[in-house]
Amino acid sequence: MQIYLPIAEVAVNAFTLIGLGGIVGLMSGMFGVGGGFLITPLLFFIGIPPAIAVATGANQVVASSVSGVLGHVKRRSVDFRMGTVLLVGGLIGSALGVLVFNLLQRLGQVELVVQISYVVMLGVVGSMMLVESLRALRRTRRGARAKRRAHGWIHTLPFKVKFRTSGLYLSVIPPLIVGMLVGVLSAMMGVGGGFIMVPAMIYLLGMPTKVVIGTSLFQITFVTAFTTLMHAISYNTVDVMLAVLLIVGGVTGAQIGAYLGARLRAEQLRILLALVVLAVCVKLAMDLFLTPDDLYSLTPGIV
Amino acid sequence: MRGIILCLGVALGQAAWAQDVPQPETQPAPAQVDATDTVPPIMSYPLPLTNGGTSGASAPQAPEQVVAGMSSDAVSITTSFDGSEILLYGAVKRETPIPSSSLLQVIATVEGPSRSVTIRRKERRFGIWVNTESVVVGAAPSFYAVATTAPLRLILDPEEDARFRISIPTAMRSFARPLDVEDPVEFTEAMIDMRMAEGSYRLDDGAVTLVDDTLFRADFRLPANLVEGTYKTRIFLLRQGRVIDSYSAPLEVRKVGLERWLYRLAFDQPLVYGLMSLLIAAVAGWGASAAFRALQRE
Repeated sequence: MQIYLPIAEVAVNAFTLIGLGGIVGLMSGMFGVGGGFLITPLLFFIGIPPAIAVATGANQVVASSVSGVLGHVKRRSVDFRMGTVLLVGGLIGSALGVLVFNLLQRLGQVELVVQISYVVMLGVVGSMMLVESLRALRRTRRGARAKRRAHGWIHTLPFKVKFRTSGLYLSVIPPLIVGMLVGVLSAMMGVGGGFIMVPAMIYLLGMPTKVVIGTSLFQITFVTAFTTLMHAISYNTVDVMLAVLLIVGGVTGAQIGAYLGARLRAEQLRILLALVVLAVCVKLAMDLFLTPDDLYSLTPGIV
Repeated sequence: MRGIILCLGVALGQAAWAQDVPQPETQPAPAQVDATDTVPPIMSYPLPLTNGGTSGASAPQAPEQVVAGMSSDAVSITTSFDGSEILLYGAVKRETPIPSSSLLQVIATVEGPSRSVTIRRKERRFGIWVNTESVVVGAAPSFYAVATTAPLRLILDPEEDARFRISIPTAMRSFARPLDVEDPVEFTEAMIDMRMAEGSYRLDDGAVTLVDDTLFRADFRLPANLVEGTYKTRIFLLRQGRVIDSYSAPLEVRKVGLERWLYRLAFDQPLVYGLMSLLIAAVAGWGASAAFRALQRE
């Protein structure tokens, strides 16, 4: 069934879009990532103009994160205090990110910088996570309990706050910085940033994996809502028809994902996410190094 | 003197189109009005381009003129829009016997609204592929289809092509900024190749059927990813590579119903539209969460 999208001005198959939304929603519910890093390239692939893909992808992420976060609230696995600190950082960061984005656009290399930073970031995060979780898995197999993270330099910082749900007594500075970095990324790459935030929360802040996912979704909901609104107001690039189709698939997928996520062990969940992150990284790296099919590319408008 | 262009279209409010047509000499030619007496034009805005013959005074009418029509003069884009068929048809009107010295050929074109586009080329730098040079085309049609009775390059004189902008490369206009690349043509060729591959540019040699050198028809398939705007359809009659008469008419492509409403809302009230999008997202997210919980409880 073909549907004509009013803003994107292309006709696409409705079931393809619902299916895409479903896959991304599944990841979102399972891992607490918004899925923006998947949905945006997938939309490019089916012929949606990039600007519209980024903005509408953000709108879809809002829906699947709301759906996911509500599931986590029920299970009491959302640290609202931590989420709010991350959110404040995120909003500051996304404002900064827009500035950086505009600067790069004037230099004409925004695409390259985004792609390289994706590859580096995904590669580092993915392999670190994979190695660590494999080790943890082996440890638990041998019967030994996973060790709690030792108190490091992070715990010497001032402005300490009790994050009861996470069981942490920690300075607000590290989460604020993590939130900000993610905000910068989300504005520049058009992603929620969950794939960066989740590992950062686990390894840098030492939060328990189960709480991390709900909290990450909580922050992503608001950051992407802000992004969607900014795109709609300043560039008119949100296609609500496209968003609705993605959302229908997305919210369903997110529920199934949250259900599956609750049954899997934390280490298994991390291995799966690490593999997905690495797969996207390899794909993007190949695009950089292999000779492209088409040396030429078209961008609408005068850039 | 090659021809006279009658600016009847201008009088009918076709100023924008008339700009596209080169006007070597503009002369009033009242005789043209008579040309449409016996067979009234089916299309709304006839723009006859006629060959004035060897001298304008002795041959007030072209020996052969085109009279044409379209299966519809508007395309409505609805939610389930999946492309559309457009039929251009017509006949050659003549007072004299069919000239046997040369073959009559017909070319029909459909052209979508023009938009600017940036073409970039990648090059390998330090092992990775980077966008380096770019060329900006000020106005390239979003859709362009050419149908002919025979291979285009055989029936159309290059000079005439440049003048009437018939073949695909000539449909592109103006480089928007000073060129700093050596080979801009390679860029536009690459763009044409890409657009032909995705079906927004087409060249259908032999797709126009001409019966008894008089009746002709050309079928066009408009793709699903149409851009809204005023499209332009043209028909050319040719003999010995020269355009002897031509015809042009607009084709309105408009979004209707829900499509129109959403489009207008997005551009007229972006804040309302943005909030609506978020509300839909939030409600859908909450709804799915609630529904799934209810499902689990059972």
